[in-house]
Amino acid sequence: MNTSHALPRWADLVLLPIVCLGVALLVAAAVVAMVGQNPAEVIAVLIQGAFGSARGLSYTLYYTTTFIFTGLAVAVAFHGGLFNIGGEGQAIMGGLGTGLVALWFSATLPAWVMLPLMLLAGALFGLVWAAVPAYLQAYRGSHVVITTIMFNFIASTLLVYLLVNHLRPAGTMSVESVAFSESAKLPNMRTAMAWVGIDWPASPLNVSLFLALLAALAVYLYLWRTRGGYHLRAVGSSPGAAEYAGINSRHQIVIGMSISGALAGMVGMNEIAGVNGRLLLEFVSGAGFTGIAVALMGRNHPFGIILASILFGALFQGGAEVAFEVRGFSRDMVIMLQGFIVLFSGAMVYVIAPRLAWLLAFSNRVFHLRTQTPKSGAAHG
Amino acid sequence: MDEALWGALLASTLRVSTPLIFCALAGLMSERSGVVDIGLEGKMLFAAFAAGATGAVYGSTTAALLAAMAVAVALSLMHGLACVSHRGDQVVSGVAINIIAAGMTVVLGIAWFAQGGQTPPVSAQVRIQPLFPEIAAAAQGIPIVGRFVGDGLLSHNAMVYLALTLVPSIWWLLFRTRFGLRLRAVGENPQMVDAAGVSVTRLRYTALALNGMLCGLAGSYLVLAQSASFSANMTAGRGFMALAALIFGRWHPVNALWACLLFGFLDAMAIRLQGVHLPGIGEVPVQAIQALPYILTVVLLAGFIGKAVAPQALGKPYLKER
Amino acid sequence: MIQAHGASLCCGLLHGDCQVFEESILSVVSGASFNGATVAVRMTGINKRFGAVAANADVDLCVQAATVHGIVGENGAGKSTLMSVLYGFYQADSGAIEVFGHPATIRNADDAIAQGIGMVHQHFMLVDTLTALENVMLGAEPHWLLQRADQQVRAKLETLMQATGLHVKLDVLVADLPVGDRQRLEILKTLYRGAKILILDEPTAVLTPQETEQLFEVLRLLRKQGTTVILITHKLKEVMRLCDHVTVMRAGRVVEEVPIAQASIEGLAEAMVGRKVHIGRVDGDARPTENVLLQANGVIVRDAMNVVRLAGLNLALRAGEIVGVAGVSGNGQSELLDVLSGLIQPTEGHLSLGGRDFDAASWLDPQTARELGLAHVPEDRHARALVMEFAAWESAALGYDGLPEYSTLGWLAQDHMRQATADMMERFDVRPRDVELASSKFSGGNQQKLVLARELGQMPKVLLVGQPTRGVDIGAIEFIYSQLRAMRDAGCAVLVVSSELDEILALSDRVIVMNQGRVTGELAIGECTESGLGMLMVGEGE
Repeated sequence: MNTSHALPRWADLVLLPIVCLGVALLVAAAVVAMVGQNPAEVIAVLIQGAFGSARGLSYTLYYTTTFIFTGLAVAVAFHGGLFNIGGEGQAIMGGLGTGLVALWFSATLPAWVMLPLMLLAGALFGLVWAAVPAYLQAYRGSHVVITTIMFNFIASTLLVYLLVNHLRPAGTMSVESVAFSESAKLPNMRTAMAWVGIDWPASPLNVSLFLALLAALAVYLYLWRTRGGYHLRAVGSSPGAAEYAGINSRHQIVIGMSISGALAGMVGMNEIAGVNGRLLLEFVSGAGFTGIAVALMGRNHPFGIILASILFGALFQGGAEVAFEVRGFSRDMVIMLQGFIVLFSGAMVYVIAPRLAWLLAFSNRVFHLRTQTPKSGAAHG
Repeated sequence: MDEALWGALLASTLRVSTPLIFCALAGLMSERSGVVDIGLEGKMLFAAFAAGATGAVYGSTTAALLAAMAVAVALSLMHGLACVSHRGDQVVSGVAINIIAAGMTVVLGIAWFAQGGQTPPVSAQVRIQPLFPEIAAAAQGIPIVGRFVGDGLLSHNAMVYLALTLVPSIWWLLFRTRFGLRLRAVGENPQMVDAAGVSVTRLRYTALALNGMLCGLAGSYLVLAQSASFSANMTAGRGFMALAALIFGRWHPVNALWACLLFGFLDAMAIRLQGVHLPGIGEVPVQAIQALPYILTVVLLAGFIGKAVAPQALGKPYLKER
Repeated sequence: MIQAHGASLCCGLLHGDCQVFEESILSVVSGASFNGATVAVRMTGINKRFGAVAANADVDLCVQAATVHGIVGENGAGKSTLMSVLYGFYQADSGAIEVFGHPATIRNADDAIAQGIGMVHQHFMLVDTLTALENVMLGAEPHWLLQRADQQVRAKLETLMQATGLHVKLDVLVADLPVGDRQRLEILKTLYRGAKILILDEPTAVLTPQETEQLFEVLRLLRKQGTTVILITHKLKEVMRLCDHVTVMRAGRVVEEVPIAQASIEGLAEAMVGRKVHIGRVDGDARPTENVLLQANGVIVRDAMNVVRLAGLNLALRAGEIVGVAGVSGNGQSELLDVLSGLIQPTEGHLSLGGRDFDAASWLDPQTARELGLAHVPEDRHARALVMEFAAWESAALGYDGLPEYSTLGWLAQDHMRQATADMMERFDVRPRDVELASSKFSGGNQQKLVLARELGQMPKVLLVGQPTRGVDIGAIEFIYSQLRAMRDAGCAVLVVSSELDEILALSDRVIVMNQGRVTGELAIGECTESGLGMLMVGEGE
């Protein structure tokens, strides 16, 4: 997302997102105050709930894991010039793939075969779910935003159908599959930490966190260290120059979205393999959309995404804590804040950026800070 | 199948389609002017909440309707600020509206009514009742078509009929008035409209205002005519289905109406087909029918059943560049 | 005079509308004659800068009423800018405009239309999905109910079409109208809005000779009826046939203004291209070998609207020579570069390059071109040559990231790429010497040097260069020229396309001139004269 050229690079990358976040927080705080809560109190409880205890931190990181996957998915697509709103559906399909493989084989295969297989299946299912809309966009001109939204709905109905009609053990009321065998479950962080002698509190956090961090590293390497990433970014940034360089835009659209879908599909490793150990209905619950907020805040860079994911993980965990402690508060306030963040970091950024640039220029003049010679506008050939 | 069933089926179809029709018409106004509207879902949701809250507190149908429309219009204008006056991404803005609405409606709901996000049910006077119950009852007596006409056509409330009459009205607005001509032009070639001396910004904002009012009607219907109170996420994807219907209807009001009716019919059928064995196919899972509108839209977009040509300038911010 | 005009109009009209038209003509002519002025438009001292470039510098223009006034000049001469100022798309930095003797402030298209000025742009401003009638009506609908408006507009349009001879099927969608009809529709649009002054921007660019003739008929009739026509063009033949006066612009200034009786094509051509041309070259004799490195035959290229852009081009590029392509921009030069480098496909044609043959069915693509030793420095630096958001070291590998020195098995050898870029910057004196700096932050000249460094660094056998020094500062120009000459001396075949004739003459061993998608002339550098080239550029003297 190319913001105003009047902003120097550091302001564009670091200051602007912080300002946008600040505005979102202010507006959310205003709503909180309007409904009779004390924003300061809410924030204090939130931070305490998210980071104040080892258990809280652990929960925060558990949420972070899923958001890293969906955030990376949106970011990769953005670098290719596309908006992937289908993260929700791709994550569902990924979880489905992971779960199906687990149900079919976990009884007979050992963990060291099972888990990679599940990862592969999850990524593959997510990949296909994104590749089809991508293909339709690249080769038939169907708008990828609309098709991915449709695919989100198709995925959720498919999941319901499979769970209700085929995967639910006969006679039970709850809409879930049977539990996987042990070989299909990712070790919990408590168990994993116990191996190295650390006493880690019980929580849903599991080793898929390391998978997420690895994925972030892999995305970084792919985008900036490989030819494939180079081609993708060229297409996303300047289709004319990419064409001149002999890069096939259509291929890149499909490849970029496929990678994006695969990343979203890995959510299954956290939620299905890591936490629940069975297939169930609500395991994505909006994480695909949070991924959009995470990518916007993280400026589509893996490192920024990790930080933004921690922020949102903290919001979700802290939010749960606040819902518990403060009367009249619910998790939905976090969702609302998330919406404001998407609004101000995404859509309203062109409203905020020029004002910020003006403010910077003004403060430069007033405080006689170092004169910034904007190398942009004037130097354009 | 007996005609009582057909009557009931028609009745359900019309009832389910009504919010879709309002929303699809709303999306039509916006997208024909060149502004993508992903936020239909959020606007309808927030409008429903406004209607439910106002109706419960003030006990007036008019106030509820006005509140719903005001809220939706405000959201649409905000969308305009980000995307028409500035070059914000229209899709991102729509997504933001959806998320904000989902969160804020429950936050306000809990804060004001302490019922877990629900609003208290509005009283029967506030609810919009069937418009001609006596005529409907009388019609039931007509031989052969009585149940069908009485139940299916005449038993509805004013909003259903409003939705149906809005379709030719919007058609007339779009194709028979000066405003409609300009609106259609600005969605195809805003530069041309600008060069002809007409304000692109004003046209788009007007379209967005109409969009808001229609979303307001959609949301009010859900609370005032359908269920009597607001509950969290009650729109359940209907805004997206309306968007699908709009695209399936190729951005034309009458075609969009047929698409909405089709989707509404599918929804009405879905429940009834549960457990029914169709010859040759076996039992049709209800989820397949639920997914059908979305699948059909994708098939259409992929160009397999004709082409859906969007307004040419759709999604592109208008920048006066030379 | 008033009587005569009224009478000539009434001849072609339905009775009912005769009165209306007579009145409108009366109002115009009376407005003019009250002030004793027969000047339709007077622009004085117009200045307009875009950044550092003076698009219009102290321009005076005086257009007599009821005449056809031509404004000629090459691309970048400032004629489009001047007319954009008149039509309200831009505001001049300084200067005054008078319309029919009254001072006029024109801030936007609306003001211009109110003054009676109408413009037909090069790229038509029409909505494809509406009918011709609706396109005319838009913005000036007489009634909010379309049906009523339709009746009134239709009647007026029928009258107008009769009077002017401009016939268009009113109820056909614009998408279904041929190009000539669309242009007529554009003219009708302006006349409908009461335009007394009609600006036409390169109107014949998209027309067949037949359609051009029809257009001229219409313009002559309009002139007779009292409309003032301003014609922006670079086609001198048409100017001589149609115009009453002509203004020549070059580099933002007016260099000549004559009534047509005193003008000649040679004189206009010379004024257009300028006098400060030095024929004669820095280095002496290059000896082009007989080794043909690139051979193109019968290449025909059509654009998206199916208009022919290259009409059967034949070209041979030999090792050790620089071939310059002269001609006013828009005559096929861009398409030439694009088709030879593989960016676009021709509808017909044959190409031999690097020992391989290509025909229209399976043409060259940019990657294959590079593999066969062809390098291309594009005309459009921003949209083609560089990815503006990439750092310099990334842009420096554009098109070449597959080379073994830059990548192995898909992994980019970043250190090597950075080092290579640093070397490039050193050799070509690109400043600042910062390989990490975003491509957009370099000045135009440095960007160009980087692109050249990249392309020349591959030691190509064939080099295509478009506008080598556009936007480049003086200091870098000689350097770029010396690099191109060095390539030539090393045995490369170089093709240079430039809208600056000076540049072509300074660099080339052989000059080909293009006009209307054809090569109109091919001369060794020693045979080139200003007037000779000027004539070839406007399509004369073949």
